[in-house]
Amino acid sequence: MGVLAAERIKFTSVKSPWWCSAIVVALALGFAALMGWVGKQAYADPEQTQGFPGLTPDVAISGISGFGVMVLMILAALTVTSEYRFGIIRTTFQATPQRGTVLTAKALLVGVYGGLLTAVLAFVAFYFCKMIAGADAGAALVLDSDASWRAMYGTPIYAFLCVVLAIGVGALLRQSAAAIALLLLWPLLIENLVGLFGSIGRNIQPFLPFQNASYFLGTDSGIDFHWGPWGGLAYFTLVVAVIFGAAVFVVNKRDA
Amino acid sequence: MIEARGLTKHFGDTKAVEDLTFTIPPGRVTGFLGPNGAGKSTTMRMVLGLDRPTAGQALVQGKPYAQHSHPLRTVGALLDAKWVHPNRSARAHLQWMAASNGIARSRVDEVLRLVGLSEVAGKNAGGFSLGMSQRLGLAAALLGDPPVLLFDEPVNGLDPEGILWVRRFMQRLAAEGRTVFVSSHLLSEMAQTADHLVVIGRGRLIADLPTQQFIERASESTVRVRSPQLDTLHDVLAQQGMRVRFDAGPQGPQLVVTGVTTDTIGDLAARNGVTLFELAPQHASLEEAFMKLTGGEAEYHAQDMEQAMGGAL
Repeated sequence: MGVLAAERIKFTSVKSPWWCSAIVVALALGFAALMGWVGKQAYADPEQTQGFPGLTPDVAISGISGFGVMVLMILAALTVTSEYRFGIIRTTFQATPQRGTVLTAKALLVGVYGGLLTAVLAFVAFYFCKMIAGADAGAALVLDSDASWRAMYGTPIYAFLCVVLAIGVGALLRQSAAAIALLLLWPLLIENLVGLFGSIGRNIQPFLPFQNASYFLGTDSGIDFHWGPWGGLAYFTLVVAVIFGAAVFVVNKRDA
Repeated sequence: MIEARGLTKHFGDTKAVEDLTFTIPPGRVTGFLGPNGAGKSTTMRMVLGLDRPTAGQALVQGKPYAQHSHPLRTVGALLDAKWVHPNRSARAHLQWMAASNGIARSRVDEVLRLVGLSEVAGKNAGGFSLGMSQRLGLAAALLGDPPVLLFDEPVNGLDPEGILWVRRFMQRLAAEGRTVFVSSHLLSEMAQTADHLVVIGRGRLIADLPTQQFIERASESTVRVRSPQLDTLHDVLAQQGMRVRFDAGPQGPQLVVTGVTTDTIGDLAARNGVTLFELAPQHASLEEAFMKLTGGEAEYHAQDMEQAMGGAL
């Protein structure tokens, strides 16, 4: 418990968590407003907005799952890499020689924080979007199916797992720039490039971790998955667990 | 008590620490002396469980560091005063350390007062001067009221007042019965701080003995003599088989005699009716003594440098 308390004091005694949280809130509400407005336009004039898929809960909260979670990943990675940058990691490991416990405490603390923040924001964004969309277009925004509920409660689960992943990547790479670049390019670019490689790419796609996570949240991106949405979550969780486990192993082996 | 048993650390081909064995008992300040790059910091990191030894082991109070359940209550360490988050307040820095080892929150303000940082406790550590950072580091080391303390070059970059303060501080801690292990590359500093010395060079143990003995063994004392009858005195001393040489002193010519006491020379002068103006013992500087013992072990040799510079020196 002491380790968790120590990590909480570290987390709340610098400003970056508050800035990052403010950005997550802004992204969540901004996208909710934007999607609500586009939904409204699409309802009024369907011809002009053919590309719009229609308002669903996962579209309404896409600012959180798409971008807010990335900010949380940056925040999580920084909690580790900044300790390496300033040498505090050595003090941390002097205080708690069980290095795996330190990483786990960090992952739990930031993960639960990210989960709670995104859980609240998911509902706020959902109703905000519905309000902006108006009575007609907003009528499509209802929580009446497994899929629509999954987007709502799935987002905090996804946020938690992404934070754990980011802590692992941060501990493995130790450098802020490298860790952030990897964490952003992986879901935004690398996984999307795979689709360009024809049939080989299509065979790989169902095994891409972030595609599986999106699938769980309600976007299958036209990929032919070998399992259902819960299988997608299980697969993503497995990838996160492997990377986090590797981080604990490496950090224990390495000189601090 | 700190024990090193065959402690060894290799980084690839570099042998940073080689088969070090020593015991640091409580109740005195033990200096850890060696030139830069001799392996002092690496040894301290191994004692603290930060670096994994290639061979051998280090024990603190009879156990490896990682086996202490609340290590900050057993070992306090100041390895680098700059290891703080620049945007975190001094108080918060100590608070998280206290929380991690079940140390009472009230102890944070206590150690801040002890090192004289109470007034700036709420300020970000990034704005601290080196002296203030050093004090914060000392506060962190003392947080758990530990029986064992390690300091790596604690006076580096401090002003004379700060140096004196740190020196007295360490001596007080030792007087309280704690184990105090302080590294430095400056013998002159250690001579005034440490009761006992562990000397290393190129990762190997060179000496483990009381400071006074180290200085006496290492330094060769000479005696400076001024007299209106220098030639006569020279012959008298030389007849006794002493090593005597003429020297152009600041106050005119003088004799420098090696390996004898002032008593012997004074006696001989009186018996031979030689007037003495000055008879003064000269101790070789501590740095010279240090160089003599570690000369072969220093990482950088003037000779190597000359070669590297292609004779440009």
